[in-house]
Amino acid sequence: MSVLAVRAGVVGYGDRAVLHGAHLSVEAGEVVALLGANGSGKSTLIRACLGLVPLASGEIRLFGTPLRRFRQWRRIGYVPQRLGAGGGVPATVAEVVASGRLARRGLLRPPRGADRAAVGAALAAVGLADRSGEPVSTLSGGQQQRTLIARALAAEPELLILDEPTAGVDAGSQAAFAGALGEFVAGGGTVLLVAHELGPLKPLITRAVVVHEGRLVHCAEVPDPAGHHADPAHEHVHPHAPAEASGMWGA
Amino acid sequence: MGGVTIFQYDFMIRAVIGAAITGLAAPALGVYLVQRRMSLIGDGIGHIALTGVGVGLLTGNSPVLTAVVVAALGAVAVELVRQRGRTSGDIALALLFYGGISGGVFLVGLSGSKTSTNLIAYLFGSPMTTSRSDLTVMAVLGAAVLAVALLLRPWLFALCQDEEYARVSGLPVRSLNLLLAVATAVTVTVAMRAVGLLLVSALMVVPVATAQLVARGFRQTMHLAMLLGLAAGVLGITVAGQYDTAPGATVVLVAIAGFALVSLAGGALRALRRVRVPTPDPVAQVEPPDVLL
Repeated sequence: MSVLAVRAGVVGYGDRAVLHGAHLSVEAGEVVALLGANGSGKSTLIRACLGLVPLASGEIRLFGTPLRRFRQWRRIGYVPQRLGAGGGVPATVAEVVASGRLARRGLLRPPRGADRAAVGAALAAVGLADRSGEPVSTLSGGQQQRTLIARALAAEPELLILDEPTAGVDAGSQAAFAGALGEFVAGGGTVLLVAHELGPLKPLITRAVVVHEGRLVHCAEVPDPAGHHADPAHEHVHPHAPAEASGMWGA
Repeated sequence: MGGVTIFQYDFMIRAVIGAAITGLAAPALGVYLVQRRMSLIGDGIGHIALTGVGVGLLTGNSPVLTAVVVAALGAVAVELVRQRGRTSGDIALALLFYGGISGGVFLVGLSGSKTSTNLIAYLFGSPMTTSRSDLTVMAVLGAAVLAVALLLRPWLFALCQDEEYARVSGLPVRSLNLLLAVATAVTVTVAMRAVGLLLVSALMVVPVATAQLVARGFRQTMHLAMLLGLAAGVLGITVAGQYDTAPGATVVLVAIAGFALVSLAGGALRALRRVRVPTPDPVAQVEPPDVLL
């Protein structure tokens, strides 16, 4: 049974199809990288897998269960591109990471020892244990990204899905990030990640899939960077997340 | 001291208790709205609640009860607009809010007697006329709001911090959203007597804005905001009783004065710290400035 299986997945925004009949299966223990240019549809694919974007046609199964009937969300850890800005109300690193544990905590159930231990372990895994009481807004971009992976790890998931985890992250945080991911994989975890470039994550990747104009081009090996991307000091500009919806209720 | 003598009147004591309940409940719920960048939604729900008041006065039912029902229906409608709409959502909210306040003024007018006195009381509060039964209703509704805000804090925090993540965590996002909407409506109704429907939002937002100037985390912000709301409510009513000023407006001005004081003190403290030896974070230092968010 595949951990994740996409069959003939089609996703469109309005009339424009972003993903044309994607096929993908991820087996237990694999570390699969989705590579591709900006706008190629790789983020759309993982958002569809998480049920955040509706599938126009095709089928997605998580742990063998069709997505629309899937309820065991605690088995999946999601790491978005960046931390939601929030409305300026401060939140500590520990508070953000603890919110990841809610996937395993029933509504209104007080935290148990196991919950606190999992949050502590997740903080330690990303090297932020000593920053747990600080407001996330005072952390660097890389440390915020590590907070998000800790949040996902706090639920002790079996599959981690990461959307551009290392975009705009300093070298030190990238290494800490790769370390945490390595530990997760060594513990039997499965990973699907979207990346623009792999950096220190490259040794962990077991398979790379290139997304090009909404189609998946499978390849066994991790391709070497080409063109100006091969230069470690190349200019890197990211449009990042889509513009936030404004209005009174925000998004 | 003259301040003591005003508390020999029962109506003053009831006014202060009512303001205390409002001061505690409004920021406890408001912190979630601020975190979601929906600071002004309380104002809109307040507009809708006026229609409920009108319905109550016209039909001879308790205006508080009808206000809760109409405001809750309005809040659920707003939540549905938020879930669906993107571009037309703004207009839908405007229709709802202005429809609400016009409907309220219209219905209160139809109800006849003492129209303008009634309107002023509901729009700007009339805590000195709080009756014993008003107080009971406020205490029950206030306790309900506090129970939701305090007991569900981790879940509501997760929802307001990152709704997509909450959904992927398997949290009951839709139910929590509806609960938050209804709790907002109830908070508006609780605060109606003390500060009035047009000033309700201030008590949901200003103490939170003050608290987040100094707090480090979400829980800290929430608890500090409740304390500040309580202080503003009690102090504002006391001042209003003493100097015969408009009570609702006095409470809100006290809260805003608190914000001004804390911002000034915070600025002075930061300036003092800068004089001492700065110890910047070594990791943050090696990073290019554009990744420092």
